[in-house]
Amino acid sequence: MKLSEVKPKSKCRIIKISGSGNISRRLLDMGCNRGAEIEVIKVAPLGDPIDIIIKGYHLTLRKNEAKDIEVEMI
Amino acid sequence: MKKKEMTIALAGNPNSGKTTIFNNITGARQHVGNYPGVTVEKKYGDITYKGYRINVVDLPGTYSLTAYSQDEVVARDYIINEKPDIVVDIIDSSNLERNLYLTTQLIELEVPLVLVFNMSDMVEASGKTIDIKILSDLLNAPIIKTVGHKNQGTEDLLDAAIKLKEDRYNKKIKIKYGEEIENEIEKISKLIESKNILSGRLSSKWIALKLLEQDKKVIGQVKKETGTVYLEIEQEVGRSIEHLKNILRDDPVTIIAESRYGFISGALAEIHSETGTDKVSISEKIDQVFTNRILGLPIFGLLMWLLFQLVFKVGAYPMDWIDIGFSKLGDLFTRIIPEGLIRSLVVDGIIGGVGGVIIFTPNIILLFLCIAILEDSGYMARVAFIMDRLMHKIGLHGKSFIPMLIGFGCTIPAYMGARILENRKDRLTTMHVNTFMSCGARLPVYILLAGAFFPQIAGNVIFSIYVIGIIVAILMAKFLRATRFKGESAPFVMELPPYRIPTFKGILIHTWERTWLYLKKAGTIILAISIIMWILFTFPMIGENFSQDYDGEIALLEQSFESNEITEEEYEISITEVEAMMGAERLAYSVAGRTGRFVEPVFKPLGFDWKLAVASISGIAAKEIVVSTLGTLYSIQEADEESESLMENISKEYNPLIGYNFMLFTLLYFPCMAGMAVFKREAGWKEMWFQIGYTMLLAWVVSFIVFQIGRIFI
Repeated sequence: MKLSEVKPKSKCRIIKISGSGNISRRLLDMGCNRGAEIEVIKVAPLGDPIDIIIKGYHLTLRKNEAKDIEVEMI
Repeated sequence: MKKKEMTIALAGNPNSGKTTIFNNITGARQHVGNYPGVTVEKKYGDITYKGYRINVVDLPGTYSLTAYSQDEVVARDYIINEKPDIVVDIIDSSNLERNLYLTTQLIELEVPLVLVFNMSDMVEASGKTIDIKILSDLLNAPIIKTVGHKNQGTEDLLDAAIKLKEDRYNKKIKIKYGEEIENEIEKISKLIESKNILSGRLSSKWIALKLLEQDKKVIGQVKKETGTVYLEIEQEVGRSIEHLKNILRDDPVTIIAESRYGFISGALAEIHSETGTDKVSISEKIDQVFTNRILGLPIFGLLMWLLFQLVFKVGAYPMDWIDIGFSKLGDLFTRIIPEGLIRSLVVDGIIGGVGGVIIFTPNIILLFLCIAILEDSGYMARVAFIMDRLMHKIGLHGKSFIPMLIGFGCTIPAYMGARILENRKDRLTTMHVNTFMSCGARLPVYILLAGAFFPQIAGNVIFSIYVIGIIVAILMAKFLRATRFKGESAPFVMELPPYRIPTFKGILIHTWERTWLYLKKAGTIILAISIIMWILFTFPMIGENFSQDYDGEIALLEQSFESNEITEEEYEISITEVEAMMGAERLAYSVAGRTGRFVEPVFKPLGFDWKLAVASISGIAAKEIVVSTLGTLYSIQEADEESESLMENISKEYNPLIGYNFMLFTLLYFPCMAGMAVFKREAGWKEMWFQIGYTMLLAWVVSFIVFQIGRIFI
């Protein structure tokens, strides 16, 4: 499934990152590599972006970018 | 003995406490400039320590050294081209895994590296331990523990840098990317070496790695420096990438990045002794409230309201003092300089003009104080988190909200506030539409005109102008995003750093350096423009060419007063009237007045006569001056926005349509010369002229349509 579909308070693991060069490069720079574990924390008050924990820190990204991250639930 | 020199560059992730360390090292001895050709701030300073004169450069905070953002390009180019003696990598100890990603790329660059594990107290408090000795061996670089906000470890850092320089320690380590990738790197680097090109500056292995990563900057450079040979290299790289994609079933970019993370987790696995207690930190607790689904927005609204109140309400007091100060200064010079041109130049031109700019200093100081607190505390990232949905819809970024809000107070700090946006397109779009947030200086114009033409519904009319401004800003942001600043907007992938208590020193330095930039740069340009504006409004002088014999009239009045034919009160009123009429004629005779008449045909289709044209021109100096110019033109001395005689005069001369249209025009054309001076500083000449040009065109077109359609109904 896609990261954008994961409900808050649940954990998942990255399987694959698709998306254009710039976005996937940026995601990699921020620690979103294959196998990295993600905990989705919350959605912003207006419904977008989302707040996740990855590699022990809080990262926020738009659902549009989260669509490019393929994950499996753990 | 001559001091030995050395240069150290501070690299590190944003929010790693890099700037605090920089402040600790250099203290007040620091300077801010720009990297050539870009708007990235360059901070540097120096210190004398143990016989060395150490130059310290604070590189932009980056997560990586790919050519993804301007900051990354600047940081990498500095390290490659300027070859600092030592690169100090500041690392947030509580977030090793991600922070070390940058470190792996510094290792790839083979620069002499000192690692600084900052905020080590946080890690210790959470019960974790890091075996620095083993990690130091694994990464082949000295590791120093620091606590930036307590200024601990600063000397250790400098000692380590000096020791590393003196030892010329040069044992290299390798990041392992896996056999397949390494084979390809080997092939490409051999090819580069065999052609005997690009030798010396960078290792051919690094170039090969970057070519495999399809790094645009490096490709461009190699192309430029290798000429015809490049084709051969390009083919080889293309073959390698295809080959890797085939056997690894993934992009080399991804594989290389993952190898770096693999290297990091390998190293951390050997040293990290985690204690399993995953306590909810204070920062998390704060965020449970501050970015709460329900409470998040009201709290944000409240904080923005407080910010606005602080910047403009509290700022109003020192502004008053500055205002009084400058008028006292004006009075003083009026007394010491005899009446004439010099006095007029000094008092009206220089003191009036420069004073009109200095007066915004309290706003600027308070605004940057607030921004520094918001940034250093970590809340700024939450602002983006909360507002991004809304701002993204109109083509801007979550963080654009703050400069837009500030624009209602004064456009100048708003332009400067746009610095919080890292992406150039976001920043420029935000700046270009900011002017439509009605600033405080436009309010007097609205008050005068709404009071004159719509006395019953003045409040609603003014409100409608504010709303129109917001709508225009939204439309123009969308328009600029679709045309001039087209292209992929920056992906919104941003760290939400833990909340921290900002350091006093950090905030003061932050506020001061930005305020100083405003005073220095804007001040010099504005002095020049003030003098030019004064010349335009003063020359040519009318001399004896008045249409009436005013001197004779004054003499007559004096006579009648002395012979007690009129009372003192009547005398004063009459003299004021005559002087006002003289002032109006003088203005009409000047270059500004003539320009007004000359450009009248351009303004005619908007319903404006030459007087409104002159008033608009004077508004270039500062929008509130429109009011006093109208006063002069309508021969009313000491006119302000509540002057009833001025309202009466203009409401007789124009119809409400023209009045409303003039408000629109005042709203839409660029804010003021001080604003443009700051715009130039922030974005360069080209963008400044674009701002001036497109806002004038927009103002004209909108006013034209409103007048031409409106008059059908009148």
